[in-house]
Amino acid sequence: MSETKEIIISSDKIHTDQYLVNMGPQHPSTHGVLRLLVRLEGEIVHHIQPHVGYIHSGIEKMCESLSYPQVIHLTDRMDYLSAHMNNEAVCLCVENALQVEVPDRVKYIRTIMDELTRLASHQLWWCVMGMDLGALTTFFYGLRDREHILDIFEETCGARMTLNYSVPGGVMFDIHPNFQKRVKEFITEFRKKLPEYDELLTGNVIFQERTNDIGYLSLEDAIAWGVTGPSGRGSGFSCDVRKHNPYSAYPLVQFEEKLDTKGDSFARYRLRIEEMHESLHIIEQLIDNIPEGDYAVKMKGVVKLPEGEFYQRVESARGEFGVYIVSDGKKNPYRVKFRSPGFSNLFALNKMAAGHKIADLVAIMSTLDLVIPDIDR
Amino acid sequence: MTNEELQACLTGEFTNAEVKIGKQYVEILVNAEELHDAAIKLSTEPLLSFDYLFCLTGVDYPEKMQMVYHLESTKHRHTVVLKVNTADRVDPVVDTVSDVWQTAKYHEREVYDLLGVKFNKHTDLRRLFLDDSWGFPLRKDYKDEVRIVER
Repeated sequence: MSETKEIIISSDKIHTDQYLVNMGPQHPSTHGVLRLLVRLEGEIVHHIQPHVGYIHSGIEKMCESLSYPQVIHLTDRMDYLSAHMNNEAVCLCVENALQVEVPDRVKYIRTIMDELTRLASHQLWWCVMGMDLGALTTFFYGLRDREHILDIFEETCGARMTLNYSVPGGVMFDIHPNFQKRVKEFITEFRKKLPEYDELLTGNVIFQERTNDIGYLSLEDAIAWGVTGPSGRGSGFSCDVRKHNPYSAYPLVQFEEKLDTKGDSFARYRLRIEEMHESLHIIEQLIDNIPEGDYAVKMKGVVKLPEGEFYQRVESARGEFGVYIVSDGKKNPYRVKFRSPGFSNLFALNKMAAGHKIADLVAIMSTLDLVIPDIDR
Repeated sequence: MTNEELQACLTGEFTNAEVKIGKQYVEILVNAEELHDAAIKLSTEPLLSFDYLFCLTGVDYPEKMQMVYHLESTKHRHTVVLKVNTADRVDPVVDTVSDVWQTAKYHEREVYDLLGVKFNKHTDLRRLFLDDSWGFPLRKDYKDEVRIVER
C-alpha cells in the first residue's frame, strides 16, 4: 500500500487549505494499534479513513487447523473484554450443531458470567471514556470496581481476563463455593458506587458540553452500517440479540432493552450506564436460583460437527457477535468466520465525526468502545 | 414471517433462484449475474425489507468460491441467507452490494483481501489488512511458508 496512492484515493481533490494527519497507529486515544487518516481543515474533520490490520492475527485461518475445543481458546483473544461471550458463542454453535441440550445449571452460570463480563467491560469503557476527555479520576474509580469482578472470575475460572470457562457441553468446572456470596456482595456494593459514576461524569457540565449533540448517527445509517450494541441502540436501532434471538437463560429473565433516539455521543454513553443497571438486575434474578445439577454434559473426546453450516449470534459488550462455522464432518472446521461488532462499528465513524472538531473525534471514538483485536481478528 | 412462509414468499419472488430451508435459516441461492438485482429486491420489497446485513463472507470450496450474506429485517425480524457461486474459483468476480447495504463496503474489502474475490463497481476495492504482495490466505491452496497452518 503506497502512501501517495492512499492519499489520492481518500481525497478527491487536494485542497491547499486541507491537510492529512495520521492519528495513530500509536496514539493513546485509539486504545490499540489503529490508524485513522484524517483530512482536516483547521480543526474541523472532513473525512476519516480508518486503516486496520496492524495486529491482524489470522485467527480465522488458524481455526481451520484446530479442533473445536481449541477454537474456543482463540476467541477470547479477539475481543478480550467480552471473552466469555465469545467463548459461549462457539460453544452454543457446537452444541446446536450436535443438538446437545445443556443442563439448566450451565445456562444460569453462563448468563451470570455474560453479565459480569459485560459489567467489567462497561466499567473499563467508562474509565477510558473519562480519560479520553481529560478526567483521570474516572480511571481510578472504574478500575477499583472492576477489580471485584476480576477477583470473582479468578476464583471460579482461574483466569481474570481470558476466561476459557465455557466448553462444549457446559462449563469447565463448577462454580466456586464463594461465587454466589461474592457476586451478591459485589451487586450491593456496586449499586452504591453507580451514582458516583453519574456524579463524576454524567452530570458534569464539561462532559455534557462535549457529548451532547456531537457525533450524530441516524437510525437509517446505524442499520445500513450494521452498528450494533449500545452504539446502535443509541440511534434507536433495536438490535439486542438477547431480546430478539435469546439464548442460555435470557428467555427466563426480565430485562429491558434500553433505546435512545437521539443518536449522539451522550445517548451512547447514557445507554452503557443504563445497561450496567440492567446487568445487575439480570444477575440478581439468577444468582439465588442456580439449579442443582451437572455443570457439563459428557461430550465425546473428539468433537466432530455434522456436515453443514452453523451460525450463532450472541450479544457481546460491544454489539452483535456472530460465529459462522462451515463443517465438512471432520474434527476441525472447514471455514470459520467471526462477525465482530467492532469491525462494523468502526467504519461508521466517518458518518459520525465528519464536520466536528478533532477533539470531538476522540470523544466519539470513545463512545464506540472499540477493541482493536476484535476488528483485526 | 416463519421460515415456511418466507420460503413460499421468496419462491414466488425469485423464479430463477433456488430456495430451501437450511438448518437454521431460509437459504436462497441466486445466479452471479442476478446478485445485484436480488439484493435490491430483498432490501426494498415491503414484505421482505431485509435492511440489516449482519454477516458477509466467502467460503472457498474445492469446486467453487461462494459468497454468503446473512440478512435480517429489522421490521419483520426474519432472517435469510443469500448465497451466490462465482463462475470461476481462481479469479472470482461478483457485483458489489455496498450500494444496497453500506456496511458491505468494508466487509467486501476484507473478503477481497483474504479470499481474492473481486467486486464489480466497488468504489474503493483495496486490500484491507494485508500488503499487496500477500497471497489470499483463506484460500485452501494458500501455502504458509513461515508457520504452517494446513488442514
